[in-house]
Amino acid sequence: MAKIIGGITSSHIPAVGNAISQGLTQEPYWKRFFDGYEPAKAWLKAARPDVVIVVYNDHGLNFFLDKVPTFALGCADVYHNADEGWGLKPVPSFTGDVKLSWHLAQSLIEQEFDICTCQEMKVDHGFVNPIRALFGDHEQWPVKAIPLAVNTVQHPVPSAARCLKLGRALGKALESYPEDTRVVILGTGGMSHQLQGERAGIIDVEFDLECMDKIATDPEWMTQFSNAEIIRRAGSEGIETIMWLVMRGALKDDAAVLHKHYHAPISNTGAGVLVLDNQ
Amino acid sequence: MNWQKQDYDDIPGTYVFDGQRAHPAYTINKLLYTFNDEACRAEFDADPAAYCDKMGVTGEYKDAVLAQDFLGLLRLGANIYFLAKMCIPRGVSVQDAGAAFQGITTEEFQQRLLDKGDGLSDKLAKRGDYWNG
Repeated sequence: MAKIIGGITSSHIPAVGNAISQGLTQEPYWKRFFDGYEPAKAWLKAARPDVVIVVYNDHGLNFFLDKVPTFALGCADVYHNADEGWGLKPVPSFTGDVKLSWHLAQSLIEQEFDICTCQEMKVDHGFVNPIRALFGDHEQWPVKAIPLAVNTVQHPVPSAARCLKLGRALGKALESYPEDTRVVILGTGGMSHQLQGERAGIIDVEFDLECMDKIATDPEWMTQFSNAEIIRRAGSEGIETIMWLVMRGALKDDAAVLHKHYHAPISNTGAGVLVLDNQ
Repeated sequence: MNWQKQDYDDIPGTYVFDGQRAHPAYTINKLLYTFNDEACRAEFDADPAAYCDKMGVTGEYKDAVLAQDFLGLLRLGANIYFLAKMCIPRGVSVQDAGAAFQGITTEEFQQRLLDKGDGLSDKLAKRGDYWNG
């Protein structure tokens, strides 16, 4: 039986990748942000996951606007990072777990989540940066990885409630996988930020902290909000925080909160790290 | 028929990227998407007008591309993530674009962001259970 050993949240902002590549993580601007990952890294080292499922949104590397799947699951042996046109240095490719992917696809579709299956899927900074922040850089990554992309770029995007339900279905799908596989789920993106318009630069610390507290212990709270309400509080790009609910829904209601860290601003955003132990 | 009203339309200073924006701006976003490829970036740099013609980008969209009017492109419906593929290699960051939207300098924009962190340690301490408060 696959075992969901825990879930972690992380921002996935591009500047994090540059800070790691340029060796800036201990510089004054970055230190407190990266320090917040140390307990998560220590927990991962002890927890020894075989696979991480990374819930993220693509920012125009794999998906153009010709086809925008609401939910898309990687079902490939390997996932390549590539030039995004932003000057980020591509990192080594990630090994998938194709049998687990296809099991998840089947189970999710049986549970009426009609996801898009992808046998080729380039993974962008949204997927890469949380793995780099949590595992460090490697020529060969120490864990297999499966991308689960959620459309948060072109509206209509799924609701917070729908993301939480997807997480619950993902949890059931993992529980029914016969192999003895240890899984950690990463919910990435957010928190509050807005990159465009006259309102660019907003960060709502109080809302972020409320979201962190509630996503950890009472994720249903988040489902009271429409996407318009979340955008109003957290910014047009802050809508990404709904992806944390996919991770949260897959875990037990009473998963233990091992670590909570929040920092703002980093680049344009508020950034939160949660470590939830599901064992 | 007009585009349907959305709950987010009245959020000030916010252009939610939905069908109303994505549809008319499809071709310009398609041009911007090609900038994932270094060869396309080079081909554009060699002759921007010819590249617009090849990609079918015309009229005010083409004018804005040739003028490198990033703000104008955003207002015309270019998606911020796709636009970044054009502006970042030209030394214009997303923060520069944000500042331009507000008519302030990038330094002022960055300071406003830093100000958002004021009192953070007090707020975290009040909640009590945050690591490294």
